[in-house]
Amino acid sequence: MVSVPNVERAVAASPPASRRSELRRRFGPDIDGYGFLLPAIIVMISLVVYPFFLAVWFSVSDAFVGEPSSYVGLENFIYILTEDDIFLMTIWNTLLFAFWSVVFKVVLGLTCALLLQRILKLKRFFRGSVLLPFVAPTALTTLGWWLILDPTYSHINWILANTWPFTMFGLGPYNFLGNPTLAMASVIFVNIWRGIPFFIITILAGLMSIPEHLYDAAEIDGASTWRKFRSITLPLLRPVLAIIILFSTIFTLGEFNIIYVLTRGGPMNSTHLFSTYSFTYGILNHEIALGAAVALFLFPILVLIVVFLLRMVRRDTSHEL
Amino acid sequence: MAEIILRDLWKFYDDVEAVRGINLDIAHNEFIALVGPSGCGKTTTLRMIAGLEDITAGIIEVGDRIINDVPPKDRDIAMVFQNYALYPHMSVYQNMSFGLKLRKTPKDEIERRVRAAADILNIGELLERRPKQLSGGQRQRVAMGRAIVRDPQVFLFDEPLSNLDAKLRVQMRTEIKKIHQRVKTTVVYVTHDQVEAMTLADRIVVMNEGIIEQVGTPEEMYDAPQTLFVASFIGSPSMNFLPCQVEAENGGLAIRLTDNLSFAAPPDRGDRYSPYIGKPMLFGIRPEHISDKRPHTEPTHLDFTSDVVVLEPMGIDTMVFINVGETEITTRSRPRAVSQVGEPMDFTIDMAHMHLIDPESEKVV
Repeated sequence: MVSVPNVERAVAASPPASRRSELRRRFGPDIDGYGFLLPAIIVMISLVVYPFFLAVWFSVSDAFVGEPSSYVGLENFIYILTEDDIFLMTIWNTLLFAFWSVVFKVVLGLTCALLLQRILKLKRFFRGSVLLPFVAPTALTTLGWWLILDPTYSHINWILANTWPFTMFGLGPYNFLGNPTLAMASVIFVNIWRGIPFFIITILAGLMSIPEHLYDAAEIDGASTWRKFRSITLPLLRPVLAIIILFSTIFTLGEFNIIYVLTRGGPMNSTHLFSTYSFTYGILNHEIALGAAVALFLFPILVLIVVFLLRMVRRDTSHEL
Repeated sequence: MAEIILRDLWKFYDDVEAVRGINLDIAHNEFIALVGPSGCGKTTTLRMIAGLEDITAGIIEVGDRIINDVPPKDRDIAMVFQNYALYPHMSVYQNMSFGLKLRKTPKDEIERRVRAAADILNIGELLERRPKQLSGGQRQRVAMGRAIVRDPQVFLFDEPLSNLDAKLRVQMRTEIKKIHQRVKTTVVYVTHDQVEAMTLADRIVVMNEGIIEQVGTPEEMYDAPQTLFVASFIGSPSMNFLPCQVEAENGGLAIRLTDNLSFAAPPDRGDRYSPYIGKPMLFGIRPEHISDKRPHTEPTHLDFTSDVVVLEPMGIDTMVFINVGETEITTRSRPRAVSQVGEPMDFTIDMAHMHLIDPESEKVV
């Protein structure tokens, strides 16, 4: 017994343990800390973890509204991948929709931000008004676009037919939401319109954080305007760009409102995205299992994007200005 | 040859006149310091020479060429900025070579020049680092390296040492002086620190409110300031100023400071000072020209006695504050010769170094 360290001897010598100190002995001294975490953990489990695993369960079951469900393995995934042509179309639609939306949002957002940075007169007015598409409720503004693009009442068709110089070309009328290609272009356009303020404001903030004296130094070094943009603005903006591209890609891949209001996935399913198609399956057709399988298909893609972009951000935010 | 000539140079920002018609000739390989309080137009002048600011009116010539409309990159100048302006996403090597790369300098030539500049500045081991991995002094060196590799006709410095701590500042000051001796070029150096200007420059340009107050060597600035502003700006601790009257006395002139204190003016200044007899004037004298009483033979050395108000030991000297009339003035004595606070003390004033200033024109007469 000589080798027993002092601490253990002290424990052994203490009076009979209460339940509390029994817990403490078993889980370590941080038992109180876990207690404080509990409310947050309950909220996380009930609002995030439970619905997520419920969806996962649905996707590997034969769940149908109002009927008991049982486990069917990967049958749903195999079905939508092999026998559901609309789903294959949906994958393609979603990639197309997200790619072009994000590309245009980045390019136009960057352009507008660079312009807005240089506008000094009525600065607040312009910067404020840029935010309008962002702050107005999506369902409402999309209804407005629906009216603008409607084959019968389309403002664009009216303008093409009745105002100079468009009258010279004899364009239109176009069935913007009735033709598969035009419909896809239209929903992409409205998504860009809606998402661009977020890009402009974020990029503008990024631009403002680049110190002016770097441009002075580059000017002395002999950099042209384009070179300054390429060698200073872009590299120093990269962390900001990566973050907004990440967010925007996630939101765009999961877009629902615009599609649902404008086309409901039509015409001929040409604008269905994961979310709208999953809604059609799960809610409209009561095939909850297939709906869940469609929606979950997005998950691994999102994980890959997040990992990739976060790596890029971490590599690039290591310089101070 | 790269002399710089500024002719009647003006700069307006909307309604603000930042630079108001300055003229300046800077000689080839000369080290010029533009010094003045903040907002005096010195940085604006520098930025106009660099081409970072448009010129409202006037002409800038560099080496016989008017460069008003020449873009900065074609002016053959390099600039060191106050906050270094190093590109944070580039390595030290990339920072230093960026300008050369844009000028399509061959790769091995770039390599050679960067190594040479790094050797001069002792930053050879830092070339692969990013700016944020450097200390303030190292960043300062890199900023200078970026200028040196370009081998420009003119170096422009915009308060390059003001972001460094006091000790490093003194060190880098010496460094800059050494570098100028090695890399002979014309230098325009902006600073608000008159000590920096005095120690570094061949000639100093004191600016105030958009105009040049005086141009001269550090010695001229110190010994013969031409305006009240220069007299008060140059020198630390600064010159004492006392209201006074010039009086005729015993065939000469005397400077009366108070009812019972007056000193004979130096005999050779009779012609200069006699027009001001009877007018309210300012008497200026530097602290070091009033010392503890010493044996003397010069006729301009005069003695007086005053009570000590405050003592400020500086080590090598002690500053003794005394009251003359209602004005407190600073004097400079040997530490062992001072009296205690409140006690009378004997002083010797060297009137040969006095300045008489007309308070209306603020000019030294």
